[in-house]
Amino acid sequence: MSPNTGEYRGISTTDERQAVTDIPGAAPSKEWVIVTRSITREYDMGGEVVKALRGVDIAIRRNEYVAIMGPSGSGKSTLMNLIGCLDTPTSGEYWLNGMLVSTMADDELAHVRNREIGFVFQTFNLLPRASALANVELPLVYAGVPSAERRRRAAEALEKVQLADRMDHRPNELSGGQRQRVAIARALVNNPAILLADEPTGNLDSTTSDEIMKVFETLASGGQTVIMVTHEADIARHARRVVTLRDGKKASDEAQEKFVRRTTA
Amino acid sequence: MRLLDAIIVALQQIRVQKLKSFFTLIGVIIGVMFLVAVVSIVEGLNKKIEVDFAGKFLGVNTFNVRRFPDIQLGDVTEAEWHAWQRRPPITTQDAYAIREAIPADANWAIHDVRRVQGQTDYVRGGPQVLAEAVTEGYFTIKDLSVSKGRLFSPQEDELGAAVVVIGTDIAEGYFPNLDPIGRELKLDGIPFRVVGVLDKQGSSLGFNFDAQVFGPFKGPMQRVTWAHKTIYGVVVQAPNSVVMAEIQSQVTEVMRRRRHLRPDQADNFAIETTQSAFAAWEKIKQFLVLAGIALPAIGLVVGAMVIMNIMLVAVAERTREIGIRKALGARRKDILAQFLVESSTLSVCGAIIGIGLGFGISLLLRLVNFETTVAPWSVVLSVVVGAGVGIIAGTYPAVRAARLDPIIALRAD
Repeated sequence: MSPNTGEYRGISTTDERQAVTDIPGAAPSKEWVIVTRSITREYDMGGEVVKALRGVDIAIRRNEYVAIMGPSGSGKSTLMNLIGCLDTPTSGEYWLNGMLVSTMADDELAHVRNREIGFVFQTFNLLPRASALANVELPLVYAGVPSAERRRRAAEALEKVQLADRMDHRPNELSGGQRQRVAIARALVNNPAILLADEPTGNLDSTTSDEIMKVFETLASGGQTVIMVTHEADIARHARRVVTLRDGKKASDEAQEKFVRRTTA
Repeated sequence: MRLLDAIIVALQQIRVQKLKSFFTLIGVIIGVMFLVAVVSIVEGLNKKIEVDFAGKFLGVNTFNVRRFPDIQLGDVTEAEWHAWQRRPPITTQDAYAIREAIPADANWAIHDVRRVQGQTDYVRGGPQVLAEAVTEGYFTIKDLSVSKGRLFSPQEDELGAAVVVIGTDIAEGYFPNLDPIGRELKLDGIPFRVVGVLDKQGSSLGFNFDAQVFGPFKGPMQRVTWAHKTIYGVVVQAPNSVVMAEIQSQVTEVMRRRRHLRPDQADNFAIETTQSAFAAWEKIKQFLVLAGIALPAIGLVVGAMVIMNIMLVAVAERTREIGIRKALGARRKDILAQFLVESSTLSVCGAIIGIGLGFGISLLLRLVNFETTVAPWSVVLSVVVGAGVGIIAGTYPAVRAARLDPIIALRAD
């Protein structure tokens, strides 16, 4: 662990410190797609309060490619759920793309998930009985897009991940890598603010993992904000920036080179 | 998510699990099948009774003045019966008084009846004859016409000629392979000359319209029907339905005056209309319709419970799918709608199968000569009830699905 206190606080630059320590309740400036201000998340486990997150400050710029790392129990899944708007923090603020998400109700969160977040899961989470095309169309269905346009946009998204010839296949007719690419197409079809990947290579062999990481690399280079949650350093080192969690707090927040240097040493 | 998308998803679900869906729907299918079938039976009976029977027995815009109601489908208590027997008979004088009271454009006829045995030179025995002594207006009121010969003329009516117009069964029964026109038919030993044969009318509820023989009331026919004691009734036809009630009250007034009834005394005669004659049938019909709704209701309740069960299983089986949909932006109402549409689509499919089977039962009954008519309203009701059952049965499972926490749902197997 780096003894550098600045890095240990996890705020890597002055700007970012500024973004998270701004007046509470004030919207961060537009360059920040994600800002969390000392968010905590506590669970009531049969009368016992478990503190999964103990105050995490993160500021992520548009077009960043960030990995969130940590062992199991570090709170990274909790953080991912919060960032993904599947959950709200017990305290603290979460700003996503200029919106204060932390106080939103269920259906507002659903709307934000639909418009701003593209999920990629470890287990792909495709609907088994629907074709690749229908799976990719799903976010557009909930966005109220007319069916003809839905089909066109879904087909386009599948072409981008080189699956134009597999549109009518069902998930069980596709390989693991292909399934994950369908999932990526689905995540991107609504042009979300962030692509949020949870252990995207966890169920893939190493060759296929490389293939998927290349897709992420391409997307990030193309300007897509990518946030990837993983416990594997080998995967995390693909990101330009790595945030490490431990015991519900940020343990480090490093640029790619520094992380690679530290983890290979 | 739009409705059509939701229905398509629901139909895909049903297609994937055909057998399970079918068993799920047995309750609804049977319920709706009985609903459609029972209503078609009731409607069939209704048509037969109200249109056929009522039309033939009474005629359009027509009422009878009788000593007591003759067409009686309900129960008559013994006390009522005894009271009726004490009533004064309807006389020829009553009939003429009624004719004086009604407007000129209303039709009027005296009608007397007795069952007798006929006799001709051509057969031994022969069918029973319903001998009827009528005035000429009767044919107009009952819309009777002849297939052979003619009806009796106003002159024959006025002079009381010994002529008859006979039904087809009488023509065949007493004049086999012969033209009955101009031949003699004896009733109670009194000879009549046949002048016409009526169109075939068939029978209704055990009454054979083709066994009737009509003769002028003023002629010897009234000896056959014993009209000197009492006449069976006076028939009045209003020119249209608007003045029907008015003419009825005029006739009632005349009869009450003739009988010297005080205002507090009840009528001691009967005005028999389609409505009054079939009031009892209306009651029976209501009961049958209620039964036709209550019995299927049991099937539908059972059906709803099975559908609810199956939908709870579906929600449990598809928890992960619900999680995925929520993660991708489905709101509570989207999930709610999805499962409600699924359960009601399922249920409506059952209703459609039930309607088909109900039609089948209705057609089978028609093959064995039981009149049935599938009522359009029962089909509409079935579809509505089907959708309703689906929505009611699907609400609880759908609410449970809609309330699932997406994080927990995504973790489900």
